[in-house]
Order: sequence, then C-alpha cells, then structure tokens
Amino acid sequence: MNQELTTQYMTINMGPQHPSTHGVIRFILQTDGEIIKSCVPDIGYLHRSIEKIAEGVSWQGFVPYTDRVDYLCAMNANWAYSMAVEKLISCEVPQRAEYIRVLVGELNRISSHLIAIGTCAMDLGAFTPFIQLLREREYINDLLELASGARLTYNYICIGGVMHDLPPGWLERCAEFVDHFDVAMEQMNRLITYNRIFINRMANLAPISPEMALDYNLVGPNLRASGHHIDLRRTTPYGVYPQLDFEVPVGKGIEGTLGDCYDRFFVRVEEIRESLKILRQAIKQIPSGEVQAKVKANIKPPVGHVYVRHETPRGDTGYFIESDGSTSAYRLKIRTGSFTAMSIIETLSPGAFIADLVAIIGSLDVVAPELDR
Amino acid sequence: MSNLLVSLGLNETLASYLAVMIWPALLVNFVAIYGGVISVVLRKVGGWMQSRLGPNRVGPGGSLQWLADAIKLILKEGIIPAGCDKLMWNLAPFLIVMGVFATFVVVPWGSYIVPSDLNVGILYVISITALTVVGILMAGWASNNKWSLLGGMRAAAQIVTYEIPVAMGLLPAILVAGSLQMSDLMKAQGWSPFDWLVFQNPFSMLAFLIFFVGSLAEANQTPFDFPEAESELVQGFVTEYSGFRFAAVGLGEFANTWVVGALCTAVFLGAGNLPAFLGEAAFLSLLVFVVKVSLVVFVMIWLRWTLPRFRIDQAMEFSWKYLLPLSFVAFFGQALFMLATYERPWAQQITSHVMVLLFLGVLFKFSGRVMANIRLQNTPVNSPVKIQPPAPAAPAPAAAEPATEA
Repeated sequence: MNQELTTQYMTINMGPQHPSTHGVIRFILQTDGEIIKSCVPDIGYLHRSIEKIAEGVSWQGFVPYTDRVDYLCAMNANWAYSMAVEKLISCEVPQRAEYIRVLVGELNRISSHLIAIGTCAMDLGAFTPFIQLLREREYINDLLELASGARLTYNYICIGGVMHDLPPGWLERCAEFVDHFDVAMEQMNRLITYNRIFINRMANLAPISPEMALDYNLVGPNLRASGHHIDLRRTTPYGVYPQLDFEVPVGKGIEGTLGDCYDRFFVRVEEIRESLKILRQAIKQIPSGEVQAKVKANIKPPVGHVYVRHETPRGDTGYFIESDGSTSAYRLKIRTGSFTAMSIIETLSPGAFIADLVAIIGSLDVVAPELDR
Repeated sequence: MSNLLVSLGLNETLASYLAVMIWPALLVNFVAIYGGVISVVLRKVGGWMQSRLGPNRVGPGGSLQWLADAIKLILKEGIIPAGCDKLMWNLAPFLIVMGVFATFVVVPWGSYIVPSDLNVGILYVISITALTVVGILMAGWASNNKWSLLGGMRAAAQIVTYEIPVAMGLLPAILVAGSLQMSDLMKAQGWSPFDWLVFQNPFSMLAFLIFFVGSLAEANQTPFDFPEAESELVQGFVTEYSGFRFAAVGLGEFANTWVVGALCTAVFLGAGNLPAFLGEAAFLSLLVFVVKVSLVVFVMIWLRWTLPRFRIDQAMEFSWKYLLPLSFVAFFGQALFMLATYERPWAQQITSHVMVLLFLGVLFKFSGRVMANIRLQNTPVNSPVKIQPPAPAAPAPAAAEPATEA
C-alpha cells in the first residue's frame, strides 16, 4: 500500500506579456502547485541587432542607438560608448564636460534605481511607492530635459564631451532637487523599505553567495549585494570620479542572509544616497570652460581595438570596439549586466514560490532591452 | 419593513408578503450602486495617495465613472474561452455574487433596522460567505487557464484558513451579548465610545483586530489579495472573464467591503446606537451607522494603497500561528474579564476609559507623524529656472532709407 502517486508538474508559460516580467521576457516554469521546480528564461523578444547597426553608421551616428540599449540609463550608455571612442582616438575631454557627465550620469543612475526599486515594490503588490517614485523621477526627467532636450533617450553625451553646456540656473535647480530628494527618499523608505511585510517577503529569499556571484559574473549592485566591494567608479576610476568622495555600499545581510533579495534592494537604496552625495560635490566643484573637445566631424580612428568598462546602474557595461580605420566600427560588442543577471534566475528559482520569482526578477533589476540589445 | 407597511394601513399578511419582496429589491439595488460607487472612491483615494488625479472625466470630478464602466462592461462581448467548462464557468460569477448578496439578509442598517433578524444571524453570515469560495474555485477550475487555477486554489486555501480566526474573533462579542442575533449584538453596546465593545477591554480590542484582519483576508483585500494578485497571477481567477461576468465578479468583491465594514460596526463599533434621549430614531441611527461603515471601508481602501502583499505561505502561517492562538487568548480573556467584572461594573468603566484614552493617544501620535510627513513634503523642488534675459542688444541701426525716387 506504500505506493506513491505519480503526479506531473504543471508547465506554465510566464510572459512575454506577463505584468511583472518588466518588458518582454518569457519564462517557462515547471511548478508543483505554486512551488517552482524549474524555470527556463527565454530571451530574444527585444532583439534589435544594435551591435550590427554600429557597423553601418558613423561613429557619432551610433550615439543615439546607445540610448536604446538601456532606456532607463541612456546617459550612462552614451557615456560608455563615448569613452570607448575617445580612448580609440585619444581625445582629451574638457574638465567641465567631465563634470557635466558625472552630474547627468548620476541623476540618471538615481532615476534608474528609482524604477528598479519601484517596480520591485509594485511586483510585491505595493502600488503607491511605485507611483510616488515615478513622481520623483519626473523631477529628474525635467532636469535632464533642461540639459539635453529629451526626457528618456537623451543623446546628450557625445564623443569629445557633451552636446552643449548646461542652461543657466541648472545647477541651482539641481541642488534644490538634491535637497528635496533627500527628504523624499527618506519618506519612501518609511513607506516601503522598512515595511515589515515587505522585509519578510524579501529577506532570506534567493541568496546569492559571494562565490556564486563571481561564478555567474554578476555585476553592479547585484554583485555588491553579495558583499563584493567592486564598483568601477572606484576600482578602475574614469572621468573625475577619483576627485569625488563617496562610499561603495555593499550588502551586509541586514535582514537575513548575505546577498538575498532584500540586500539587493537595499544596496540600490543606499546607492541613491551615494549618488546624491556625488551630485552635491560635483555641483560645488564644477569648473567653467569648454564642454567639447575638438573632434572632427568625420572620425577615422586608427586601426586597433579598445575595450572600455563603465559603471551603469545595472553594473559593468563594456563596449568593445574593433576599428579598421574607416568611418564606422568594424565590430562593436556590448556587454551588459542584465544578461548575466538573467542567467542566474534559472539557478535561484527552484524551490521558490511563483510570487518569489517575481521578487527575484525585480530585485535583480533585469531590463529587457539591455538583455537582448 | 412589514411594521412600516402596516402603519401605512395595509393588512398584516399583505404587508409581510410585500416586505419579503421589497427588501431584496432595495438591497440588491443598493449593493449594485454601492459596488459601483466604491470602485470610483477606491480609485479617487488611490489618486490622492499617489499624486495623480484618478477618474475625472465622467460627471463632476469623475463621480459618475462607475456608470460609464458598468455600461461598458455590460455592452462588451462576454468572451467564452476555448475549452472551458461552460456550465461551471457561467455559474461561477453568480455564485460569487450570491455569496456576498446573501449576507445582506442579516447585515443591519442602524440599530433598529435589520432586514431579517435571524436568531443565528452572525453564524449565518460566517457560513454563507463560504459560498464565495465555491464560486472562485469553480471559476478558477473552469477557465482552462493555469493562472486562473492557481488563483482559485489560493482563494480556497486562504478563505478556509481565515474563516476560523474570523469566527473566533466574533466569539467575545457573542459572549457579551449572549446571543447570535444581530439586534442583540448591537443592543449589548452603548452609544458612547466607552460603551463600544471594541474599547471594553484589551481582549475585545484584540478580538476586533483579529476579526478585521481576518475579514480583510476573506474579502480578498490587500495585503491578502492573492487570488487576483496581478503582478503574480496576471488576474487570478478573473483572468478569462469579460463583459457582464467580469462586472459581477467585481461587484461581489466591492460589495464585500461593505459587509466587512457593517459587521465591524455592528458588532464592535457601537452600531448605530443613539443616546437615550433621542429615542428610537431609525433614520438618525442609519446615518450614524453608515458613517461608521464608511470609515471602516475607508481604512480598508487606505490599507489597500499602502501595504505590499503577503506571500501565500506567510499568510497561512500568519493565520495558523498568530491569529488563531491570539483569538483563543481573546476569547478566554474576555470570559475571565466578564467573570471578574461581573459584580464590579466600575472596573469595566475604568478599563474602557483607559482603552479609549490609549486609542486617542495613538491617534494623536499617528496624526502628528502624518503632519510631519506633510510638512516635509513641502520642500521646494523644480522652481522655475530664472533665466537672465539677454542683455538688450544695441538697437540695430535703422535700415538705410530707401532711396527716394528722384
């Protein structure tokens, strides 16, 4: 009589249009009731062959395409690509331009993290924090719009500097925003970050050990949440970051295991604070002067290749460029953080609930367009 | 109702027959309209809390949005998914609605009006709401959709789990009243907050909290809205429904908020009781009652827009590990308290006064924090940029006079 019933796992298709897969990502779940037995991510729904396009357009002409690689932090993508080309043509960027890059880049980092923690909260059923964080993001969008003329895909940072100088009054307005946002972020923390239900949902969920994080090649906040002090702005500084004073927040397992979902969430919250610190300093230190180096309209870089790493909100974004001396790249490869973050979901999710999977995706901050490019 | 008709000059048999027909008509219409209105209120409050406008197109301030929604939903095609179990699928929304509507038989309207004052009133409410589970389970199973199925399963597990603490939470009230009848439960309390059951002693307060939280779970309200957790299960058991059936499911859910509010008010918050000198003013009592219910419903909406969702296993744990033992504590505590104060009414007066003062203290502290938050929000941001007007350029030299024709 000791016969076990043979039961089948249920195969569920989650996505590409599921409400909480952040864009078009698809998972094929095998579940036992609500418990996930296996989860296979299926990517490629947003592939736009951006890398191939680079081989057909001019060096400057590719900057707007980098906006679309990761629309949540277009400034940083512009910056990374521009840095790569500047290294290729050995171009010196004026100091003021470097500071402006830091300003807009950090603002963009804040706005990207706001989306990350907002959607993460929304996936756990808290709708209000998301909307209120979007309201704060609107202020950032206003600032970036003043600087660049666009609200999402900026095309502002260009090869050799930035497109044009900041409008008068921008710095004061930015300072005002930083002061306002300090308070707003604290309110937001009270609403969601320190919420007991929220912490119970996130703590001890899907912890990534430090070794595992390295094995899976996680980058950015996801890596730091596992306790690694690795931030490219510190370890391989670029721009004017060496002159700015800020901490690298890492996960400490404050509510449970090291590297759990709450750590990943909290590292982003802390990074927002650090970005505010950077903004304050940059506003004080910014010199006057030129904002663009002399760059020829028709760049013909020397033959060779270059690889540049840049710390975007989703981590280490790398631009590899192979140049054959012509007016466009021979080959361009973009390395993004979401891709590796996506690969670890398959390992993390077995044993979790479907509701947890949503939290895991949210805490890893996977962004579909960056994933597929 | 039949008394009213008799007083209008009808004979008694006719009056009782008419009352049987008039009550349901009144109630069903009320529930339908309430369900619509509350859906707008819900979105409006959501708008305030989230710095947006909420519905504002139809009617003044968007107040008629619910009519537009209802008309739209009724006119829409009710799409029947392929491969569904048609009979069950069609039946389910009406079972859900029925489970909620049937509770209105005993839900009171002020202290002096109860549609049908059954002698098992409160027990009837607890048992009839279980009909909703059947409906939800049927909807989930018959939809031929895995998300619906998961939603239905969740709902069944959750409602069965939370029914126990809800029933246990009501026991202290039944102890006090010595009856299951709605009118007795209401009569057991006075009009002033000191005589409300909720403030009688710490145990009755605990019982109220258990009942309220359990009812939230039973009504599928946040933070227990798993069956239709949109970020996890798309739309749960409602996923495949459209048109009128969808409206029916929504109506059932919204109407449930009224049931929860009315039960909280009737059993714990002093119902519509009035001071003795006002006599049995039924209308005034109704007014007091409705205001109290609206406040409870507002708290539910407020929680809905504030809290994240539990995970299903955490919610189960919460019920079995905390709510259930606590409800036993409340029950025995209440019994002991009544035993201890049986011959000392003054002791009861003291505890109730202390409880009310404590509550006011908490309220004061809370509103202080809210005000502090509001003040914080007033830090200036995005003030318009003061762009220096460009220095007025020297007036351009007047264009040379066109040479006059000679």
